[in-house]
Amino acid sequence: MGRALESAEESVVIRGLVRFLDERSGTAPFVKKALRYVFPDHWSFLLGEVALYTFVILVGTGIYLTFFFEPSTASTYYAGHYAPLRGHEMSVAYRSAVDLSFKVRAGLLMRQTHHWAADVFVASIVLHMLRVFFTGAFRKPRDLTYYLGLTMLVFALLEGYLGYSLVDDLLSGMGLAIGYSVLMSVPFVGANLALLVWGAPFPGKAEFWSRMYVAHVFLLPILIATLLALHLFLVAARHHTQFRESRRTTEKKVVGIPTFPGYAPRSLGLFFSVAAVLFLLGGLVQINPIWLWGPYHIAQGTNGAQPDWYLGWLIGALRLVPNLDVTIGDYTLVPNAFWGGALFPLLVFMLLYLVPWLDRRATGEYGFRNLLDRPRDAPWRTALGAALFAWVFVIFLAGASDRVFVSFGISYVAQLWIYRVLVFVLPLAALIVTRRFCLALQESERLGQIRKQAEAEARGELPQTEQL
Amino acid sequence: MNALRRWAIALGVLALGRKQRRPRFADRPRIVPPGAPDPRAEWLVLGLLLGAAAAAAGFVVVYSFNHLSHQTQYLGLSLGLAFAFTAAALVVVAKRLVVTEELEEDYPVPGHPTTQEELEQLVAEGGDRFTRKRLLLTGAGAAAGALGAAVFVPALSLGPFLDTDALYETPWRRGRRLVDEHGKPFLLDELERETFYTAYPEGADKEEVGSPLVVVRFEPSELHLPAGRRDWAPGGVVAYSKICTHAGCAVALFRKPTFRPVEPGPALICPCHYSTFDPTRGAKVIFGPAGRPLPQLPLLLDRENGELLAAGNFSGPVGPSWWGVRSKAPRNPS
Ligand code: FES
Repeated sequence: MGRALESAEESVVIRGLVRFLDERSGTAPFVKKALRYVFPDHWSFLLGEVALYTFVILVGTGIYLTFFFEPSTASTYYAGHYAPLRGHEMSVAYRSAVDLSFKVRAGLLMRQTHHWAADVFVASIVLHMLRVFFTGAFRKPRDLTYYLGLTMLVFALLEGYLGYSLVDDLLSGMGLAIGYSVLMSVPFVGANLALLVWGAPFPGKAEFWSRMYVAHVFLLPILIATLLALHLFLVAARHHTQFRESRRTTEKKVVGIPTFPGYAPRSLGLFFSVAAVLFLLGGLVQINPIWLWGPYHIAQGTNGAQPDWYLGWLIGALRLVPNLDVTIGDYTLVPNAFWGGALFPLLVFMLLYLVPWLDRRATGEYGFRNLLDRPRDAPWRTALGAALFAWVFVIFLAGASDRVFVSFGISYVAQLWIYRVLVFVLPLAALIVTRRFCLALQESERLGQIRKQAEAEARGELPQTEQL
Repeated sequence: MNALRRWAIALGVLALGRKQRRPRFADRPRIVPPGAPDPRAEWLVLGLLLGAAAAAAGFVVVYSFNHLSHQTQYLGLSLGLAFAFTAAALVVVAKRLVVTEELEEDYPVPGHPTTQEELEQLVAEGGDRFTRKRLLLTGAGAAAGALGAAVFVPALSLGPFLDTDALYETPWRRGRRLVDEHGKPFLLDELERETFYTAYPEGADKEEVGSPLVVVRFEPSELHLPAGRRDWAPGGVVAYSKICTHAGCAVALFRKPTFRPVEPGPALICPCHYSTFDPTRGAKVIFGPAGRPLPQLPLLLDRENGELLAAGNFSGPVGPSWWGVRSKAPRNPS
């Protein structure tokens, strides 16, 4: 008796809700479609979702931090509980970040979670992009989606750099000095641009802090969120790609789990997993202990501190480039910081933006592609991608060479020369080995099929053609 | 007492009783295929949800402490576990409690050729009445370009865009005293040889890029300064801008040879990308990416009290390089 009542109540609530919404928005057909939207299942398709959910955590923890952080370079003296800093001159920004860590309850948890989330955000975008590249998911009709994603990566890098810089600890000051110098180094306009952004020669006008702050908490997040919305819209509009797993998955039909009831708990489960990992990291694993770095003063520098991982490739590039200034007589045309700090990332991103176009040119394929390649199916693409990756990765490793020196005692100068050679050798090696490997995989697959067929024939069965 | 027992039973039934679903939509084909119930999975989900609740409650408790050692760690642990339990519950729901269907769906059609054509037609017909299209488009282009410029131009107020003179300004001028961070003057006699000092211009902003100096004292015979700088180092004291000419970090390391014959000379090193400068030779770059030497500040000795003063401005612009960096000499702000 009671049970029947309960069941009836439940359905009344749902019916009421559905009617209410549909009669006011007319979206019942759309909602029904959305709930039966099909998600092909593969672990690598989750990387983009991880990035999405990390962004949610970033916004949440970030909003919390803005309630306590004061973006001001006004000078003050620390008088808080942390003894090593007491009496030190510092900016209000730095003091508020230290207070946020020590005085605000749960403040340090939020700050560290925010920082970890930023690192994971960029990492998941990069992994997602690698997946998209190596499976050829960037091809028409998803090239636009790819460009949007790539642009989000650019913004995410900038956003992370700004967040790291705002705190005004010693490391962030050094990071800003380098950023300023790289902008200065751009031929013909660099000095002008740097003065425009900073408002005055380094360390810039006081307003520079408000500029960074508004960019970090407002402009860039809004840009990223907008691109994210467009990105997701395009994904849904053209549907997901899928691997050629069975005879049912074709260029015409997508096979997978519908949003409801199958996929929703999976995806929500992923969200909570991401949140769990980030908050566990934020609580248990220290990151960027700004009170150890101390406040930034222009005359101070520190040795062997590492920036966030996603800036490592730029540090590495700045270190590897020989001290080459292009000058005409006494007239400097291109200062050295330009090569590693500006030209190198520009080149990498230009290549990445050109990927869909280059792929079309190389394959002569202009049609629609809903089925993914396995990396081995496109040996040239895979090999070239591996070469580009190896190139950036070696330079990234060079960014940690001073740490290697401290930890393993390998001379810094020797390492630098090794890296300078590897920068050329490793991409080439990656190219050759990867291509061979792809071809070998294809070959062994073909042999396997022939063997299967022969065995079947030997057993007197009809030859089975397995389509893969 | 009786009423209490009845309530307890009712609540128990409500909480623990399983629902018998009366098929409300029996007259229609199912949308979601049927599946068998899995009571054990339901219990598991319940357990995980209670775990999440407990961990979340733990977070609130930990938060409520005024002083607790390792509070951050406990906060992170409890909140993280709450999320982890929730995630686990959802995974069990996904894997064992909801039906996992494999649906097929048509990929959307590549495009809508008829509609595309209609759109083209629409645009064409909408502009039917214009006869001087070229001309008007040129006009529109001019308006758009000028408007764009007008909208963009206020951004130039952000900084001195065309005027880069500020980059050449430093607070150093002839007669300005060198002081340490507490404002104490540098006395020649107090400077130890081959020790690294940081100096600032007396009475000026220490945080300006043109302010900080590295000061090192050598035997005058050890110095091999470039031509024309003979008298820039009274008593063997040399002073350079402390800001690396590569990318603006502070040149904060000093390598002092401990075994003369084996080790090369003393060196100033920037910790950012390890540009290395030779202080005895006008801070010439001997290793690393920096493209030009650290600018040197000519020094003067106040004979009366032995204090070190600047004898002028730097030998070149301070800070990171830019295009045309050497086209002007550093000067004082006007
Ligand atoms: S900033 Fe000094 S070496 Fe790069």
